[in-house]
Amino acid sequence: MMHALATRSARGRLARPLTHGLLLTGGFVMLVPFLWMLTTSLKPTRLAFSPPYLLPTTFEWHNYLEAWNAAPFLRFYLNTAIIATGITLGQVLFSSLAAYAFARLHFPGRDLLFLVFLGTMMVPLHVTLIPSYLIVHWLGWIDTYQALIVPRLVSAFGIFLLRQYYLTIPVDLDEAALIDGASRLHVWWRLILPLSQPALATLAIFAFLFAWNDFLWPLVVTNDPNMRTVQLGLAMFQGRYGTRWTLLMAGTVTATLPAVLAFLIGQRRFIQGITTTGLKG
Amino acid sequence: MPQAFAAAWRRYNRKGDLTAAILALAPALLVFGLFNIYPLLDTAYLSLFEWDGLSPQRVFVGLQNYRELLSSGVLWNSLRATAYYTFGVITLSIPLGLGVAVLLNSGIRGTAFYRTLYFLPVVTATVAAAVVWTLMLDPGSGLLNVALRRIGITAPSWLRSPTWAMPAVILVGVWKRLGFNMVVYLAGLQGIPREYYEAAEVDGAGRWALLRRITVPLLAPTTALLTVMALIDSFLLFDQVYVMTGGGPAGATDVIGYLLYRHAFRYFNMGTASAIAWIMFAFIAVATLAQWRLTDFGAKAVT
Repeated sequence: MMHALATRSARGRLARPLTHGLLLTGGFVMLVPFLWMLTTSLKPTRLAFSPPYLLPTTFEWHNYLEAWNAAPFLRFYLNTAIIATGITLGQVLFSSLAAYAFARLHFPGRDLLFLVFLGTMMVPLHVTLIPSYLIVHWLGWIDTYQALIVPRLVSAFGIFLLRQYYLTIPVDLDEAALIDGASRLHVWWRLILPLSQPALATLAIFAFLFAWNDFLWPLVVTNDPNMRTVQLGLAMFQGRYGTRWTLLMAGTVTATLPAVLAFLIGQRRFIQGITTTGLKG
Repeated sequence: MPQAFAAAWRRYNRKGDLTAAILALAPALLVFGLFNIYPLLDTAYLSLFEWDGLSPQRVFVGLQNYRELLSSGVLWNSLRATAYYTFGVITLSIPLGLGVAVLLNSGIRGTAFYRTLYFLPVVTATVAAAVVWTLMLDPGSGLLNVALRRIGITAPSWLRSPTWAMPAVILVGVWKRLGFNMVVYLAGLQGIPREYYEAAEVDGAGRWALLRRITVPLLAPTTALLTVMALIDSFLLFDQVYVMTGGGPAGATDVIGYLLYRHAFRYFNMGTASAIAWIMFAFIAVATLAQWRLTDFGAKAVT
């Protein structure tokens, strides 16, 4: 027994540095594209194609200015911020309302309707792309914010996530408020919404990241360069400045940063959201 | 009749539930109805026509769009490319995700740091990631080929080679997916009781044996779930292909999500594109139902 313990701890002492070594090597590989993007964005243009290195040795910040002058990135930012804010607010509010109805209200056909809502998760954007585009076109919404926001105002994933959360809030609280004369929607606004802030924050992070990184739908419903989102603008920028690596990478850093920051701030909730539902948005 | 309706309304609306439900569900009903349920049905309808999406004239052709697709090489090429991508991403990102999760679960320090590091690509926009990788895979000055040249390997010109373009697209897919798999596996690993390992260690089992005989079998449901999720996402692959290869060279990366887009918004064959959409839907619906069976999602949905 003593012998077994001794060898195990010896193995443990050896295994620890080995584990760190493996994890650091793998982590470094994961990080390489980020390092390359940052370093290239800070190189002098004439050295763009020189032998690559991973840590910046020059800091040509004016590459960023040049990139921002070559394409209206500020406008792309503004568009994406408006769209992401609209989608996030809408998903939090409307998903919460629907989740409340499914968790608390009694009405005929409730379970069937809930299944239909969940069923919409089975229908990805690709499948509905053409009629959705035709509807937006028919409404005269091409190149408008509504086209980019309205179809994404509700999320079935969000309804599911919030409903699960609402089922954990004691019904006694609702009953007490109802006896005091509050209406059903009043209870939602005054009681359920404040109590479900953690779940709402989780949904908000999912919604924001989704909106920030979205590509196919904005590609289809916008033509006007002034209505482009950051990702769309970046793809077009690549088409035009594909050989100007320093500018292209400066633009890419710009396009990546907000989502990465949003994740770093809300990472605990985000990862919890994935592991508790076993799903993603 | 109006009286009967009013009576039913009163019966169901005793505590104001019905009024509240209608108000609470109206936004969701409107959005899902207009941009999900109706389009799904309309896609089926449109798939029976020949139409450019603009002209008032639609020509009814029955199932001809489907027949043409199934007998032409284009659809099969896309399905083959999609299957190739799916297979590549699944066989690489799942074992690697498990490997990292097991290492992180061994009680070492700095778990949060490593987890962030590996998860970062998951939240990076696919377009941005694809742009960076396109440069890194550049045959002349890209990081990968320069590094390989230095150790004496002549690397292919990835995205311009019909053979190597898909492996390059898969590489980006794996890079973006590994962290997600890791996080889900970590949650699964925390559900395995320590006693299992302790008992096996007393019996003299080594690390490898523990992994093979305890960890992998007990995580089989997680693995199945991650496989189905990767399968669904692979069918929707678009951004990477749009940025990196445009479906080429020679159709090597012309996956089904991209084929659909091309037919709809480059060639304006709305009928053919709609038929492709329904073929996609059939695959995805089956995979999603499988996903729901693998999670307690189905059970949760009706409790």
